[in-house]
Amino acid sequence: MTLLDALSLPFLQRALVAGVLIAVGTGLLGVFVVQRRLSFLGDGLAHAAFGGMGIGAFVIVTTGLVGSGLAVLRDPIWIAVPFSLLAAAGIYLMRRRTDLSSDTAIGVSFAVTVALGVMFFSLIPPDVNLGVSLMDLLFGSILGVRALDLYMILGVTLLAAGLTAAYWGKLAYATFDEELARADGVDTARAELVLYLLAALVIAVSAVVVGIILMAAYLVIPAATARLLARTLSQMTALTVVIGIVATLLGLAASFLLDVPSGSTIVLVQALMFSVAAMSRRPRREPLRSS
Amino acid sequence: MHFHSVSVRFSEAPVLEDVSFDLEAGRFLAIVGPNGGGKSTLIKVALGLVTPVKGHAALFGDRAGAHPERVGYVPQIKTFDRTFPATALELVTTGLRGSWPARVTQEEREHGLGALRRVGAEALADRQLARLSGGELQRAYLARALVRRPDIVLLDEPATGVDFLVEHDLYDLLEEYQAETQGAAGPATIAMITHDMAAARYHADLVLVLNRRLMAYGPPEEALESESLREAFGHRQHQHAVAL
Repeated sequence: MTLLDALSLPFLQRALVAGVLIAVGTGLLGVFVVQRRLSFLGDGLAHAAFGGMGIGAFVIVTTGLVGSGLAVLRDPIWIAVPFSLLAAAGIYLMRRRTDLSSDTAIGVSFAVTVALGVMFFSLIPPDVNLGVSLMDLLFGSILGVRALDLYMILGVTLLAAGLTAAYWGKLAYATFDEELARADGVDTARAELVLYLLAALVIAVSAVVVGIILMAAYLVIPAATARLLARTLSQMTALTVVIGIVATLLGLAASFLLDVPSGSTIVLVQALMFSVAAMSRRPRREPLRSS
Repeated sequence: MHFHSVSVRFSEAPVLEDVSFDLEAGRFLAIVGPNGGGKSTLIKVALGLVTPVKGHAALFGDRAGAHPERVGYVPQIKTFDRTFPATALELVTTGLRGSWPARVTQEEREHGLGALRRVGAEALADRQLARLSGGELQRAYLARALVRRPDIVLLDEPATGVDFLVEHDLYDLLEEYQAETQGAAGPATIAMITHDMAAARYHADLVLVLNRRLMAYGPPEEALESESLREAFGHRQHQHAVAL
């Protein structure tokens, strides 16, 4: 079967649409994640989603929802999403109300949520079929995207695009210099909370598709590549989305042609693009100023 | 600007204690004092960035921070992220918008270039901030503060550790701006933190000497008299300051 023939397969069409939507959602947020040196946030929130999926799976099994006629109730995502939002709010509060740095706050959340996920998954009898496996959660199954996943990803991407558009100027200003932004009346705390909550939402619904392990790559590598090429933050934002989409399409095609795992292939294509951008960058004629 | 019995503490440590003064519109105030004496905190209280534990600060008869569009702030240039991809013109445009521009409109570009021209930095408009020297950055920040034609300009050590802004250039620019804003609303007010006692003496028409407490406030010839400086700085610094 050729690649062109494969494009008529519904599962590949869903994978393409889901991948492009995830590239848009993670790309819009990834710019701020990279520029604020929050690269660990993607890992932290993806693992929070894992914890939420564990709790969700346990709740579904113990309450008998596993046999529910409503597909959405059988899916642990409806517990993973609010759990991830709570984790994001917890990281935000730890950072704002204590002297802890972002990576410490994220590290605390990371450890606790993974522990919760492992504990609750271990409490589920092995013969129960949840429709989603632990391996899928860890490494993703973009070719196994269901219609329900697709609707959730579409809704969350639209929300992320709308809120990012509304907050872009404020978030960018606060990212450049929080004090200066505050002096101009920008509510930088609210802008940061919006960023954390949106990242939690996008990551929770995307992690099911691209996998928890690869989620951080989606959030960081396209933005880091764009940073090497862009002169302004708006250029960086547009480039991040484009790079994310191109990497997704090339990665899916390569994965199909080479018969290798799709999630890993997409990330390796992202990494290849990053390497090319890094190597093609002209050496600085003068160093960045330090004062 | 009105400060009434303002006290600020950071983690229980007193930074400002019972500071009260009134600054009338159109004056040029130099704020002097030793390092750690609360000068930057005083500016941040005026901007509404720091809330006093006691007392209150007001600008334009309203709470501090209520009218950011009427204030031009030139911070110490150490605070921003140098890896941030941005041009000098984008920075100046934040002075017009109060947010970061995704795209600089033609009108904003004209205003921004005018402000950069005023500070002798028009050629820097499309240069990346990370490639600017300290002095060039300070010009861009000054252009950003003046582009909105503020009623008050607050400057936090604008000439410290930079290679270009020769002090008299800066003072000339500020005095020129004050003269230009003579009108129905009156000339703009300038409040500037400086370590340069000579400049404070010759350019400012009011000097505030601060070392956690307000040590002296008044015309330079009174505020900079030796007793208040000796109290604020201690003997050795005082000798240095007088030598200037």
